[in-house]
Amino acid sequence: MHEDLNWAIGGEAGDGIDSTGKIFARALSRAGRHVYTSKDFASRIRGGYTAYKVRTAVEQVGSVVDRLDVLIALTERTIDENLDELHEGSVIIYDGEQATMGDVEIPEGMIGLDVPLQRLAEDAGGSIMRNVVALGAACEVTAFPIENLDEALEKRFGDKGRAIVENNRDAARLGREYVRENYDHEFPYDLETTDEDYVLLNGDEAIGMGAIAAGCRFYAGYPITPATDIMEYLTGRIEQFGGAVVQAEDELAAINLALGAARAGARAMTGTSGPGIDLMSETFGLVATTETPLVIANVMRSGPSTGMPTKQGQEDLNAMLYGGHGEIPRFVLAPTSISECFHRTIEAFNLAEKYQLPVYLTADLSLAVTERTYDPGEFDMDDVEIERGKVVDESDVEEWLDEEGRFRAHAATEDGVSPRAFPGTADGAHMTTGLEHDELGRRTEDEDVRVEQVQKRRRKVETAREREDFEPREFGDPDADTLVLTWGSNEGAIREAMAQLESVSVRLLSVPYLFPRPDLTDAVEAAEDVLVVEANATGQFADLVEQDTLQRVQSVTKYTGVRFKADELAEAIRDAVAKTEVPQ
Amino acid sequence: MSSDAHFTDFKSDKQPTWCPGCGDFGTMNGMMKALAETGNRPDETFLVAGIGCSGKIGTYMHSYALHGVHGRALPVGTGVKLANPDLEVMVAGGDGDGYSIGVGHFIHAVRRNVDMTYVVMDNRIYGLTKGQASPTSRKDFETSTSPEGTNVPPVNPKALALSAGGTFIAQSFSSDSQRHTELVKQAIEHDGFGFVNVYSPCVTFNDVDTYDYFRDSIVDVEDIDHDPGSFDQAKDRILDSEKEHIGVLYRDEDSVPYGEREGIEGSMAEIPDGAPDGATDLVREFY
Ligand SMILES: Cc1ncc(C[n+]2csc(CCOP(=O)(O)OP(=O)(O)O)c2C)c(N)n1
Ligand code: SF4
Repeated sequence: MHEDLNWAIGGEAGDGIDSTGKIFARALSRAGRHVYTSKDFASRIRGGYTAYKVRTAVEQVGSVVDRLDVLIALTERTIDENLDELHEGSVIIYDGEQATMGDVEIPEGMIGLDVPLQRLAEDAGGSIMRNVVALGAACEVTAFPIENLDEALEKRFGDKGRAIVENNRDAARLGREYVRENYDHEFPYDLETTDEDYVLLNGDEAIGMGAIAAGCRFYAGYPITPATDIMEYLTGRIEQFGGAVVQAEDELAAINLALGAARAGARAMTGTSGPGIDLMSETFGLVATTETPLVIANVMRSGPSTGMPTKQGQEDLNAMLYGGHGEIPRFVLAPTSISECFHRTIEAFNLAEKYQLPVYLTADLSLAVTERTYDPGEFDMDDVEIERGKVVDESDVEEWLDEEGRFRAHAATEDGVSPRAFPGTADGAHMTTGLEHDELGRRTEDEDVRVEQVQKRRRKVETAREREDFEPREFGDPDADTLVLTWGSNEGAIREAMAQLESVSVRLLSVPYLFPRPDLTDAVEAAEDVLVVEANATGQFADLVEQDTLQRVQSVTKYTGVRFKADELAEAIRDAVAKTEVPQ
Repeated sequence: MSSDAHFTDFKSDKQPTWCPGCGDFGTMNGMMKALAETGNRPDETFLVAGIGCSGKIGTYMHSYALHGVHGRALPVGTGVKLANPDLEVMVAGGDGDGYSIGVGHFIHAVRRNVDMTYVVMDNRIYGLTKGQASPTSRKDFETSTSPEGTNVPPVNPKALALSAGGTFIAQSFSSDSQRHTELVKQAIEHDGFGFVNVYSPCVTFNDVDTYDYFRDSIVDVEDIDHDPGSFDQAKDRILDSEKEHIGVLYRDEDSVPYGEREGIEGSMAEIPDGAPDGATDLVREFY
């Protein structure tokens, strides 16, 4: 018997896989169990294979593993797709009365539970509830009290009326009874419940919630996987706080809308994925040179071009660091966990306003679509601090006027940060432009002024380096010879790999600040083996580490479109250490 | 600042570098007068300018302003207005800026009907890049990039606006100062997207659409019993390629601006020091 349980439901896109998985995940979390979910999905609305996987344990879980204990298979393909994760004793719930599932062969050693999902669903009020019948059956298999499903069903179907909720409850119970009555097998699972209250959310939702917490009032975006969830989360919620979401006609409009809102003084944000940041890059330069605070979420997927829209990738680092013509000061923040998505989003708004520049906030697909349980205290709204930077109002605008009473919107201050006057501030009126400009915001080609303004914009970055804490997150043994560096969502899988490695001790630095970034030289010099883990082919972050530290590192990359798994990372670390230890 | 601004308050201390005689001088003067006469002040006005000779207007006027990238002025103006509905937002640019690179935004800005004013200085040529064909250049017009004559018909921006659900569509002529000012004023006062296409001749690169040409061809709809409330009449005037009609071609009296439909009320610039009240409920949703 395992400490944790791995469960999945799989079928064709359009089979309600997602919502069923979510109901089960929520039921587990309500019962005080930790949950980590992952999705396999194809870029098709109907007819592609899709699965929703749930890993649950009493302890925190932060990654996926290659093991499935219980599988609800709505199609035969579901079994094939997951064959290498199924093991002896795995339980497969399927509906043998379905024409397509009639002669399904259950692999040897596994337990097939043939449950007439569709028929029982019809008995409960409609075949649409067949997935819920399966959930009821799964409750019986895992000895998970079915009452925990009820609340999750209520949450999912509550707004469709009492009758629907009741029918679903009945459907779940019919599934449970059927297994009870027809199989007298002793299943080796017993899902313990606890009194803990957890919240369950994904990275996109955490970004959206962080944005509202940070006082963001304006979001403009154009739908694109996997960033759309941010826009969908904000729609209907941001309005309650006096804000608005605009679905733009394209990404060029989206970033320009957000730029306009930011010029008007709002905390504004836009979000997109790879192809969208390409479209935004012309205006990205405008945002930077007009010194407008703006947060741009880039929820990465696999590229180039439209690449693999529903697959994992961390390939846009260079695009974010270097994208755009001319030289553009910008910050790049990359949360490494779902709760960090929340905190870094708030920080992104503060940094954008303190330094008046565009801030990329990037999550990779795995982080964005994965849901995980947390103690709600991780999202403490009382802890939220807002720093708006050098905003001037009627009372202090005078300090910033030149002899002729004109507002010096791009004043070349010592720290590089100029005063900001929101429109409506008397005497603060000024123009700003994407053309090179003087302190007043007016076009110039004067050599000295040009140099002054370029230096001023660069100086903001230096000031930030001095004032801010751009530290990595650290795990493992601080004195270990093996150093693993990573960014983005890989942290969870690496931590789990470290737990698997008994003979090797590892120091992990997970870096949420890619520009400006922490100085890793000491850490790299102190280590014997340095591995840099990232989901791209060329090792973009590894290149940065080598440039910064002037040391060779070992690049561990994966670009299949599938996230890293703990087992393969443990293997990679073992290999690397073995190579150093055995002289050739 | 006194509450009744004079139009010169909207003037910056930069001298325009437009060619002497350029139509944009008149267009700008009318805009400044219209802003002042509708009771606006520079500190509460936001001007978004396009790229082109026309886009330089942001430099010569005084207000809060942004001179952005080519073709994207309308989304910027939309963002400004939605984030602070108390501001008077005016967007200005050329025909290339608005109807070529930015035509997608134009259609969508018309559809959205945000309460702002869009003034296009239509000279039927690219001025700043020195005389290439623009989307409003007539068919067979010879330019540096169409030496044999443009082989395509011009876009009709007023027809685009009308078909996209425009709620205020006007045409003016920059050298008819009084009428032009009046039309921009009406666009400002309109509850919704006030669109004014201005014949603003380029004296350097366009020797066809000249002041003389316009003077001879213009028909003011005020002189011909035109009902701007009638969609059909508007359509007929707008599609009439024989004449250059000026005046308010179409006005929808029932226009409800986007911000009002969406319930956007005050400025979004003011935010609390910490998370807003009620933010904890957002966490509760995830239980
Ligand atoms: C992305 C991009 N492409 C091209 C240009 C070059 N460009 C500057 S102004 C202009 C055309 C301006 O024409 P119009 O809008 O009619 O304005 P006018 O100068 O005639 O007033 C072009 C193509 C640019 N600035 N940006
Ligand atoms: S080139 Fe034409 S549009 Fe540009 S300033 Fe001269 S006259 Fe005006």
